[in-house]
Amino acid sequence: MTCLVDQFRPEVGESVVNVLERLGVNVEFPEGQTCCGQPAFNSGFRNEARDVARHFLDVFDATEGPIIVPSGSCGAMVRNFYAEMFEDDPAERERARRVGERIYEFTEFLEDVLGEDEPYLNLGAKLEDTATYHQCCHLERELGVDHQPQELLRQVEGLQMLPMTRPEVCCGFGGTFAVKFSDVSTAMLDEKLDNAAATGASTIVAGDTGCIMHMAGGLRRRGSRQQVRHIAEILDEASGAQA
Amino acid sequence: MLPKTERFKQGARETIADPVIQESMEAVYNGFHNNRQSAGAATEGWDDQRDRGRAIKEHTIANLDYYLEMLTDKVDANGGNVFFADDSAAATEYILSLARTRDVKTVIKSKSMVSEEMSLAHEMEAIGIEAVETDLGEYIIQLAGEAPYHIIAPAIHKSQDQVAEMFAETTGTDPGQTPEELTTTARGMLRETFQRADMSVTGVNFAVAESGSIVLVTNEGNGRMCTSIPRVHVAVMGMEKIVPSMQDLAMMLRILIRSATGQRISSYVTMVNGPRRDEEEDGPEEFHLVIVDNGRMRLLADPKLREALYCLRCGACLNACPVYRKVGGHSYGWVYPGPIGAVVSPVLSGLKQGKDLPFASSLCGACREACPVKIDIPNMLLHLRQQIVEGPSEVRSVGWMERLGWRAWRFGNMKSGRFRTGGKMANLMGRPFAQGGMFRRLPPPLSGWTRSRDLPLTASSPFRDRFNKRRTRSEG
Repeated sequence: MTCLVDQFRPEVGESVVNVLERLGVNVEFPEGQTCCGQPAFNSGFRNEARDVARHFLDVFDATEGPIIVPSGSCGAMVRNFYAEMFEDDPAERERARRVGERIYEFTEFLEDVLGEDEPYLNLGAKLEDTATYHQCCHLERELGVDHQPQELLRQVEGLQMLPMTRPEVCCGFGGTFAVKFSDVSTAMLDEKLDNAAATGASTIVAGDTGCIMHMAGGLRRRGSRQQVRHIAEILDEASGAQA
Repeated sequence: MLPKTERFKQGARETIADPVIQESMEAVYNGFHNNRQSAGAATEGWDDQRDRGRAIKEHTIANLDYYLEMLTDKVDANGGNVFFADDSAAATEYILSLARTRDVKTVIKSKSMVSEEMSLAHEMEAIGIEAVETDLGEYIIQLAGEAPYHIIAPAIHKSQDQVAEMFAETTGTDPGQTPEELTTTARGMLRETFQRADMSVTGVNFAVAESGSIVLVTNEGNGRMCTSIPRVHVAVMGMEKIVPSMQDLAMMLRILIRSATGQRISSYVTMVNGPRRDEEEDGPEEFHLVIVDNGRMRLLADPKLREALYCLRCGACLNACPVYRKVGGHSYGWVYPGPIGAVVSPVLSGLKQGKDLPFASSLCGACREACPVKIDIPNMLLHLRQQIVEGPSEVRSVGWMERLGWRAWRFGNMKSGRFRTGGKMANLMGRPFAQGGMFRRLPPPLSGWTRSRDLPLTASSPFRDRFNKRRTRSEG
């Protein structure tokens, strides 16, 4: 589970577990886990990031089976950037590769692993709502996970997906970027929220908690009635309604 | 051009507050960006072509000394002169002394980013030589006394009204002129300058090593006028602008032009093979090729940054970049704006001064996706960030507060117990200040966030606690 979900949006984690369990997956949560190290890595503090990444590898290398993370950003960190970070440490790099191979982003796991033999995974989900999908940057461009979430949303009966202008453009989160370059980040967020508002959808759906916190914080400040939710929450509510 | 890369934040703030520029910048996405995407989609094997383009650049940069020597020999054999300039001062000095010894009064310039590094037009004016930009966009910003805003569209930030007003002030034309009329006005003025110019300075889009040809890509035909009318032609290139063969050139032109404007081919592609030969009617008496290093060796020497030298200067990363579209070109403080500028400008002009630039990105990856040769700009930004934090003392520049902060972060993340306690403490301490579980105002550094967004309080019951409760329940 990502540190942001654990600390700021635990409901997302619960939804992930609900959906997976409904699909017959036995879910474990290794207690020792904290953060994957991305915030420090992205800020240039690689020594600190490496220590925390080692801790991550200690915890997860001791487990078996697929590791499911409801975030494109954290998934990309382990799968793509650990190799870069441990380039001078072959042993750690090998461990990172081994753990990285077991990492799946949540919707990627649903579609590509659980739904491997079917054209799509049928959750039998139902939800009367209107929503618009924001393509989170790291999910889209680091992991290349794009059709999976959109396919899953399309399968939810009653959920009307309304296309947004420039869905692939960054919301301006970028971790510490949002704090250090507040003006720029805010201008990017405004463009995103204007485009989302123009769809008239009641909900913005996204796949990364960082982006979700960013957009949610902006929506609340605007006094908007639109909400932003993680795709796991939508799928949970929609498939739970059925059960 | 003197770098002002330290002004990024201030420049960004001013640009974001400027509605005229914000409106103009929409064209960057709706025009260039969308056109590039359509052009890519309409080209069979587009992605493979990008890979091939990248492979050509990889090979060339890895063997740069070999191809530079080949190019030099060929240009010599074609009757031209090659000058290697270590920095912009040396390049400027060479060109100015050429102008002086050839008794040059008027110089026409076609678009060249390297000559912007040198502030060449200013340097010429300073010694009394008339220097006129002939690319319409460059002409406009020369009138305005500004630096280019975009690599291929230097005056993109100017509205039609602003240009009309400027023309009216300098030439006495009607301030209500339409873009067509303005172009005709500029054309008339430029035509007269073309005819009396003694010397031209052009850029170089590609230099072909096997033939010693230099290639210019333009849409206005000014490049061709510059290379055929004046008696002296000086072409200026960064040392990375080289391709081995004509066959490679064909591939690079395909991806450059589609990525820059979305065209399949530009209106003009001009090739120059040295000065006029005896049997020829047009062309200069002298041809000089100035090859400029100006910090590029530093990029070449660093394996993490080397791929910045693959850049074709198409501007696709600027058009795709959500940060560039908000902060504009001038905020980057030097010649090269946008994502590639955030890498190149600090390295070429001083990392300590430009330390904000590598951090001014959300690492969204749109630049890498747009780049015709797939330059991994986010990864280079991460590398520069690491250099600024952990690198040698002459580039290192991060405050002790931030260092301390990350050390604390590390401590909190090394044991899950500490992590959990940290979250709980933040919840307890924050609770009296939060409204409905959200903060509206927080002290620095978090004030950067709460200026425009609410920040949630950490959960009183984190996921780990909820998961454990759930397990106990199901087991119990």
